[in-house]
Amino acid sequence: MRKNQFTKTNLAWLLVIIGSYLLINVLISAGVINKIYQTVMLTIGINIILAISLNLIIGITGQFSLGHAGFMSIGAYSAGVIVKMMDGAPSSVYIGMLVGILISIVVALIVATPTLRLKGDYLAIATLGFGEIIRIVIQNMKITNGAAGLVLPKLIDWPVVFVFLVISTIVIVSFTYSAYGRACISVREDEIASETMGINTTKYKIMAFVVGAIFASIAGTLYATSFYVIKPEIFSFNKSIDILVIVVFGGMGSFTGSFVSALLISVLNTSLQSFADIRTIIYGALLVLIMIFRPQGLLGKYEFKFSKLFDKFAKKEVRQ
Amino acid sequence: MIQFMQQLINGISLGSIYALIALGYTMVYGIIKLINFAHGDIYMLGAYIGFVFATKTGMGFIPTLIVAMITCSIIGVVIEMIAYKPLRNATRITALITAIGVSYFIEASTQKVMGTNPRAFPNLLPKGNLNISGVVITYQQIFILVVTVLLMIGLQFVVTKTKIGRAMRAVSVDTDAARLMGVNVDQTISFTFALGSALAGAAGVLVGIYYNSINPLMGLVPGVKAFIAAVFGGIGIIPGAMLGGILIGVTEALVSGYGSSLYKDAVVYVILIIILVVKPAGLLGKNVREKV
Repeated sequence: MRKNQFTKTNLAWLLVIIGSYLLINVLISAGVINKIYQTVMLTIGINIILAISLNLIIGITGQFSLGHAGFMSIGAYSAGVIVKMMDGAPSSVYIGMLVGILISIVVALIVATPTLRLKGDYLAIATLGFGEIIRIVIQNMKITNGAAGLVLPKLIDWPVVFVFLVISTIVIVSFTYSAYGRACISVREDEIASETMGINTTKYKIMAFVVGAIFASIAGTLYATSFYVIKPEIFSFNKSIDILVIVVFGGMGSFTGSFVSALLISVLNTSLQSFADIRTIIYGALLVLIMIFRPQGLLGKYEFKFSKLFDKFAKKEVRQ
Repeated sequence: MIQFMQQLINGISLGSIYALIALGYTMVYGIIKLINFAHGDIYMLGAYIGFVFATKTGMGFIPTLIVAMITCSIIGVVIEMIAYKPLRNATRITALITAIGVSYFIEASTQKVMGTNPRAFPNLLPKGNLNISGVVITYQQIFILVVTVLLMIGLQFVVTKTKIGRAMRAVSVDTDAARLMGVNVDQTISFTFALGSALAGAAGVLVGIYYNSINPLMGLVPGVKAFIAAVFGGIGIIPGAMLGGILIGVTEALVSGYGSSLYKDAVVYVILIIILVVKPAGLLGKNVREKV
């Protein structure tokens, strides 16, 4: 038995995707979105992919990872090395992305299998350690050109990022609403209880971690091929924190929240560009204030859904 | 053999500094189960306070050390009051994110006030060294070791022999029971922060003298390493932090002496992961069964 995929909600989302694609196209050709805004758009897209993939690990499965930048760097450097090898052929981006995904899966399995037995803050420190190990290894390898990093041509533009943003969102959101995702949520809510219900908690933790790592790696590839320079220091522990801030600010467990906060924070970042030194001060204060006054983030666990909207309309009609 | 002894001595003096920082982590974790991520930055502030005080007043080692320790303990208590106290009943992840926020805030503020460039720390200790059949020990290393040992003896005295120390131990075993027995829990937690931050401040001054250079981000890596030291020895256990600190320092010195100094940080992280996986309670820790 196959469910009909052409439901009202799915069609509505399809319309949103096509509509926003056309809208951006029109705005660019009309000159409203200039080169600078296009760069901001790339940043926003990449940040959203990073945020939703980390949200799957932290918000949905409840596993606190501080090593997300490590997987991003794997994607970035796989693409970087392969682009260099193939002299910047356009297809090298996708081959690099694929290699990055494969390496990320292997590394994520190596990281996850021992460390996901740990809980809460121990897990955070262990993943932080792994993230730093990845960075130190990259920094000392010949092929990655050490601390100096790689200089790459710009190979992709916003349509590519847009397409991957859509794919990432669909895959991650579908994962969350599948049986696997529900198992992950049960692990978050109560590990012991879900184990009693026959859920293999380690399996689902690893699954979420690997899926998160795959998309972090994709975001890394997109970053490397659109921003010219990659260096090990870009992917330090601070990058993991930046991603964490987006997730926490939007609300752990809300993908809509990750979208909104990635948008807001990227715009905030760009407008605070001239005050780069106080930006981090604001970041730090913001994190503390959110945790004290609104620990659930901007949107909590709220998700925007067309089905809810349609239900509301339907109810109104009935009343009339 | 001479090289081994030399690295051992370098490792012990570096490790004793890690141990000082690790003590603060371990005490705070023991009492409120919070990884105080900002602890490494308090150590950095200690170095900067010492730097400003020593260059402005021209005073010697002992006054600088004391001023840095007192100021840091005040800062530690203020941070606890503003950022951590409202979150006493929040989840541990919430508290950890707050601590990361505090750490960011302190680092960026210091960068804003003092500039991002490294500063040269004034040399407050006599230069020179002892040469024992080829093994060189600088006076600075001896000073660092003596100061660290004295501070640790002092801490051990406070924790085991005084009333507030007994309160600290009581709170760390069972907060609610301690409160029922009339222990002022909030005060005890504040005192723990003061004590830990004072030790971190002392470590900051000692590192400033040892390496001669300080910068606003110097707390990040030693902070994480000190935490690893605390986990290594068994988090929440005070002698464990000392042992862990020294062991991490020695490992690091041996790795950079015999292998590659580029990988010395990676080796420490690998140790952390092995410890967490094999014996999460740490070297001196007891395995506690989880009750359902």
